[in-house]
Amino acid sequence: MNQTDNLFSAWHDKPLDDFFVFCRDLLEDPEHPTVRRWRAAGGKVLGHFQVYFPEEIAHAAGILPLKIRGAQVQGMESESHFGSYLCSVIKTSLELALTGKVELDMFVTHPICDAARNLAAIWGRNFSYPSQILYLPQNPNSSHSITYLRDEYARLQTEIETIAGHAITADALANSVAVYNESRALMRQLYALKRDMPWKVSAEEAYCLVALAGFLPREEHNECMRAILPRLMARQTKSQDKMRVVFEGGFCEQPPLDLLQTIDRSCYLVDDDLMIGLRWITEDVSVQGDPLYNLAEAYLEKSSYSPVQHDLRKPKEKMLLERIRNAKAEVAIITAAKMCEPGLEEQVAYCKALEEADIPYFVSEFEENQTTFDHLGIQLETFVENILFS
Amino acid sequence: MAQKYLSDDIVGRGSKDGAALFRDWFQELTGVAEQGKGAAYVFVMGSLNEILKTFDFPVVFPEINSLQTAVRRVALDYLNEAEDYGYSPDICGYVKADVGVQLRGGEHPMGRIPKPSLAVVTNACNTYIKWAEIWERMYDVPIFTLDIPGTRSEGNQFLPGTPNFENDMKYVAAQLQELIELCEKVSGKKFDIDKFREILKHTNTMNRNWQKILEFNQKSPAVLNALTDGTIYLGVANGLRGTPEGAKFFEELAEEMEFKAMNGIGTLTEEKFRLVFVGVPCYPIFRRFNEFFTEWGGVFVHSTYLWFASGGANVGFQYDLQNPLDSLAEGVLVSVRDAMDSMFHHQAVTESFITPFNVEGVVYHPIKSCRTVSTGLADGRRHLMEKTDIPTLFIESDLMDQRVVSEAQMKNRIDAFFEGLISKQQLAADI
Repeated sequence: MNQTDNLFSAWHDKPLDDFFVFCRDLLEDPEHPTVRRWRAAGGKVLGHFQVYFPEEIAHAAGILPLKIRGAQVQGMESESHFGSYLCSVIKTSLELALTGKVELDMFVTHPICDAARNLAAIWGRNFSYPSQILYLPQNPNSSHSITYLRDEYARLQTEIETIAGHAITADALANSVAVYNESRALMRQLYALKRDMPWKVSAEEAYCLVALAGFLPREEHNECMRAILPRLMARQTKSQDKMRVVFEGGFCEQPPLDLLQTIDRSCYLVDDDLMIGLRWITEDVSVQGDPLYNLAEAYLEKSSYSPVQHDLRKPKEKMLLERIRNAKAEVAIITAAKMCEPGLEEQVAYCKALEEADIPYFVSEFEENQTTFDHLGIQLETFVENILFS
Repeated sequence: MAQKYLSDDIVGRGSKDGAALFRDWFQELTGVAEQGKGAAYVFVMGSLNEILKTFDFPVVFPEINSLQTAVRRVALDYLNEAEDYGYSPDICGYVKADVGVQLRGGEHPMGRIPKPSLAVVTNACNTYIKWAEIWERMYDVPIFTLDIPGTRSEGNQFLPGTPNFENDMKYVAAQLQELIELCEKVSGKKFDIDKFREILKHTNTMNRNWQKILEFNQKSPAVLNALTDGTIYLGVANGLRGTPEGAKFFEELAEEMEFKAMNGIGTLTEEKFRLVFVGVPCYPIFRRFNEFFTEWGGVFVHSTYLWFASGGANVGFQYDLQNPLDSLAEGVLVSVRDAMDSMFHHQAVTESFITPFNVEGVVYHPIKSCRTVSTGLADGRRHLMEKTDIPTLFIESDLMDQRVVSEAQMKNRIDAFFEGLISKQQLAADI
């Protein structure tokens, strides 16, 4: 197989519904078949843990950046590497690597939370390939933070070049930035569709489309998005009398697709923070000048928000209210993954802000391995009915 | 006879004086609160006391306030109050106890805690940042996050003088300058570099002696119990960092420990097993937890806690008083990074204790409240056991929440651990 061949081609010329069945199967397959195909063709893989990673640098080196986001697997091997009080995504991510379901050439984690920061050392003790922390700045308000991050990206680039076995040229990096700019634009279109005509794309479908980007070469994902978006726009579905909601709490550990289906049954999910790392940069990154500086600047200055970044300019509860307003949502679903310290802490501030703004909200916790949703479905329906008939 | 008088005078002085200084500090904070004045809120890993004390900010350590509620067995009241307010049972107990203190207007078993006028946090623990956001929302006060890049991968620490270290240091130095500007704004005072130098000098004394004190425990019997005595000393190391009282205390403490080491005076326990503690103490049953070990003759000769909870003072960094600001940047980077290493790369740190401290067992104590310290412990233990034949014990509980502390279960496991250690000793003797 050639590196330029598509890794995910089963969907071509299939009806939309079938396409999403393929997507879902691929997304839920812990064996990561597209990554296996990439490796079988001689490709190298850089696994990066949630939330944001400058994939352009790995892409420019010809390495497949793989978003490590856990999976719906039992932690049989990883269990003995951890204590009891941890979120699931930390355990299942290691499980995938320990059981060979994902094979990497390099692993990178970030200081997004105390648990995630530990992963570099854990990975380092268990695998022979390089494992490290990319220290994304935690003080975005310092006048020196862009320069610092530019240098941190340069350090990372050197290490990626060692894995790739060749230098990354400025042209290659500029090309990768352009590829990812197109990707970001396509994702913005998808989210505009969710906001403007949510009856044309369900929460589950939109999520699948975005999440595919986590384990496909970005050119291939762009091709897929370019093909599917017009078909979604042209879809003949009718608007229903459903409540418009914003979902908050999916920035790291991901809820099961069945949970999104449950929401779809009674609501239109018009905006969310699901897989926010893939949509972190909200505008095009300049392809002129120093690409690393441009990427660093975009991370800090043209970006979204999440509970794992403290930026004085972006108080999270105000950002949430803005998201709700922009999406013309009527209610919010405020979730957090079980045992997720930043998510659970943020819930309190979100709830207080929503109360003050008189916006109804539904609070919940989830786990990626959750299997029953009946109770949640009933609670959500009751919540929606209460609002509709109040 | 003279030796006895000297012994009576010196031995135990550190614990007595440390407790008195600690009480005085809280009394001073109570006075600040009663006058309606504010304080700087900081954390043990990178408190920046040196800058804050230059501006005469009273300094509050919410971590210490929280652990005091647990030691004094009233933590549950505070935790319940925070949970009623909306905080999950699954987040850090320190945070929740502090929320309880704030909701009660600063009411605390050791006095009254003043409100913040600013907060300075580092990224050494991510929860510090989330915690400070709570004060930002409650009081609308400035929050300064000092971002200190840590070690990127185990065994590859950037050394001073290398380009990667210099990049990190420039970032830290720029932020420190911004912090000084913020302090000038909040306090209305100009930065006084001579006063700052004087404070750094006191910190130098404290750092130098802290490093020395820990090394005395290589002697047998150990001169201090890392879990109990060490925690008292940590309170002074943090609360009085950069003060003449703190410097005097640590000079005298080093003198006491040296005296004990030279005269073969150990802790109150007849030392049979030399242990290392990895994690954070079990404050809800602080004394009892230690007794589970001392009853078997187990003495904690070292702990990773004494490294990271001192903010890396164990490195003994000495600030260059001729070049104080750059030196502070370097010292903060080196020390706080070391504190982070002893949490995220604890396996290497623990391993480094074994031979010099003649360690016979390692006790891992992961806790529900703290993912920073606890996430990697089980994995680190596996690897330590693969590399050495040191017996280990892994017990989970919490640093604040007595609801997840099961004394009976804990005791059973600790007893079994010691039975194993005794069997190992007997087997070795038979060979």
